[in-house]
Amino acid sequence: MIEIDAVTRCFGENTVLDNVSLVAEEGSFLALLGPSGCGKSTLLRLIAGLDDPDAGCVRIKGRDISGLSAVERNVAMVFQSYALYPHLSVAENIGLPLAMRELSRIDRSPLGRVFPASRQRRSDTQARVKKVAASVGISDLLDRKPGALSGGQKQRVALARALVRDPSVFLLDEPLSNLDAKLRVQMRAEIVALNRATGRTFIHVTHDQVEAMSMADRVAVMLGGRVAQFGTPRELYETPSSRDVAAFVGTHPITFVSGPKSGGLHPIFHGVGVPSPSGPVVIGIRPEHLTPAPQGPITGRLHNIEYQGAEVLLDVICDTGITLRATATGDWQPPTPGSEIHLACAPVHMHVFDADSGARLEAGHKGAASCA
Amino acid sequence: MTGRIILVTALILGAFLMLVPFLWMLSLSFKDSAEIFSSTLDFFPARLSLDNYITAFTKVDLGRFLLNGVIVCAGILVFQFLFSVPCAYALTQRRFRGRQVIFGLVLAGLLVPFHVTAIPLFLALAKLNLLDTYTALIVPFVSSMFGIFLFRQAFAALSPDLFDAARLDGLSETAIVWRIALPLVLPAATAFGIFSVVAHWNDLFWNLIVTSDPNLATPPRGILYFRDRESGSDIGPLMAATVIVIAPMIVGFLMAQRRFIQGLAAGGLKG
Repeated sequence: MIEIDAVTRCFGENTVLDNVSLVAEEGSFLALLGPSGCGKSTLLRLIAGLDDPDAGCVRIKGRDISGLSAVERNVAMVFQSYALYPHLSVAENIGLPLAMRELSRIDRSPLGRVFPASRQRRSDTQARVKKVAASVGISDLLDRKPGALSGGQKQRVALARALVRDPSVFLLDEPLSNLDAKLRVQMRAEIVALNRATGRTFIHVTHDQVEAMSMADRVAVMLGGRVAQFGTPRELYETPSSRDVAAFVGTHPITFVSGPKSGGLHPIFHGVGVPSPSGPVVIGIRPEHLTPAPQGPITGRLHNIEYQGAEVLLDVICDTGITLRATATGDWQPPTPGSEIHLACAPVHMHVFDADSGARLEAGHKGAASCA
Repeated sequence: MTGRIILVTALILGAFLMLVPFLWMLSLSFKDSAEIFSSTLDFFPARLSLDNYITAFTKVDLGRFLLNGVIVCAGILVFQFLFSVPCAYALTQRRFRGRQVIFGLVLAGLLVPFHVTAIPLFLALAKLNLLDTYTALIVPFVSSMFGIFLFRQAFAALSPDLFDAARLDGLSETAIVWRIALPLVLPAATAFGIFSVVAHWNDLFWNLIVTSDPNLATPPRGILYFRDRESGSDIGPLMAATVIVIAPMIVGFLMAQRRFIQGLAAGGLKG
C-alpha cells in the first residue's frame, strides 16, 4: 500500500504539487491522469525518490520513506523515453539493477569470472535475466543494442528491467505515448496483465484518459497541482466532481451550456425533467448521451454530420444559437442537413455544475437548494 | 562540371601547400649531408639511407625523449579525464547552489591564455621545489577548462531520464559518471583526447620554462639538441628525429579519426 500524505512541492515561486493526498491499495493499479504540467510526473519522481517533497510524506506499506534513496525504496520505473543505456546490450540493460544490488564489487569485476562463488552468483543473475526476458517475449533480442530495437521492443526491455528486481512498486511514466496506436492497445493489456500476475502496486502516469480509464482500478485526475477527483473510472465518468474533470474525462469532449445569470437551467433543457436549480449553473452533457428521438424535448436544426462507422456524430444548432453535439448509432438514417431534429437525454446524464466554482451540484440538487 | 574541376584543383593545391614542409622533411631525413647541401633541388633522395635515423637515436637519447613525452601526455590526459568528466557531469545533471557561477568561471577560464598564468605557475612550482620534475610538467594542465566545457556540452545533450534510470538501478553518482555518462559521449572524449595529446606532445614552451635537465626533455625540446651541437645544425638526423616525433601523432590521429567517425555513424544510425 502506498500512501501519499499531503505532499507539497514547489519549484521557486511555482507550486507544482499542492497538498496532494492519495492512497493506492496493495496490488492495485492507480492512474495519475492530467494534462502536461499538472504535476503528475513530479509526484511520480517523489515516490521514486528522485526528488523530495517540501511538505508531507510518502509511505510504502506504512513506512515513511522520506530520506531513503531510490534503491532503498525498491521501486522500479519505466520512463517515457524508456531510458535504456545505448552502450549496453539488452541483457546488460536488464541485468544492471540486479548486478548492482546482488553482486559485490569483486563479482562484477573481471575477477568475478575466476572465483567459483562469484561465477555462481553471476550465472544466477544471468539466469534471472533470461527468465524475465522470456516472460515479456524478448529472449531473442538479448545480445542486441537498444539502438537496433523497435519502439515496442524497447518498451518490453524497459519493462523487463523493471520486473527483474521484483520491486514493491512499479512506476510508469507515460510508457505508451511513443508507441503507435495498435501497439499501444496491445501493451495496455500486457501491462494490466503484469499487474495481475505480479500482484504489485502499479502507478501509471498518463495524459490519455482512455489509457487511464481502461487500465486503472482507480484514477486520480490531477489539475493544476491538485487532485481534482480520485475514484474509479466509472465514478469519474458518471459523476465528475467538477466541470474541469468532466471536460477531461470521456472520449468525445463534453458540451457545456451555461444557464442564465439569474439562475436555473438554460431554456432548451426545460423539457428534459431535471429540477431547475436556483443559482447560476452550467450544464454538461456528453455527446453519447444525447441521441435523436422523435419525441425528444430538445429541438434544433441539424448542422453537420460526421459518419464514423459505429456511430454518427451530429452537430445540432438550437434556436438560441447554441451548438449541441449528439451521437446516433451507425445505422441511423440522418435527415438532410438543415432540417429540424429532436434530441433526448436521460436526466441522470445531465451534469449540473455551479457556474462560478465549477463544482458538481448533486442529483436531487441539494447543492442547488443550498444556493437558494 | 568546370566549377567542380576548379574546386578540386584548388583543394589539391591547398593540400599540397600544407604538405610540402612535411614531405620535404621526410625527403631530407633520407638524404646524406652531401646531398642535402648540394646545389640542385631533388625531391626524391638519390638513395634511401636510414643512416640519419640511426644517428638520431644514437647521438641523443631520443628514446628517452619519446618516453618522457608519453609519460607527460598520459599523465595530463588521465588527470584531465579524472577531473573534467565528473565536473562536467555535476554541471549538467546535478542541481546545486552556485552551479551557474561555476560554469561562468569555466567559460571565463577558457578566455585566459595559458601564457598569462605561466609566470605565477612557475613561481609557485619554484617555491614548492618542483622545478625539473615530471610533476612540474603535468600539474599545471590537470584541470582543463576546455575539457570541462566540451564534456558539459556533450552531457547536456543526453536525456536526464538515463541518469534517473541509473539512480533507480542502484548506481552511485560516481558509477553513473564512469559507467553511463562517459561511454555515451565517447566521440567527444576521443576528440578531447586528440586535442589534449597533440597539444602537450608538441608543447615546447612549458618544457623550456620549468625543466633544464636533459633527462626530462619531451620530444620538441629533445629535437633542439641537434641544433646547438658541433657545427650549426645537423639537418639530416634532425629531420629524421622530427619524423619520429610526429609519427605517433599522425598514426594516433588516423586511428582515432576512424573511431571518431564510427562513433558519429553509430549515433546517426540510431536516428
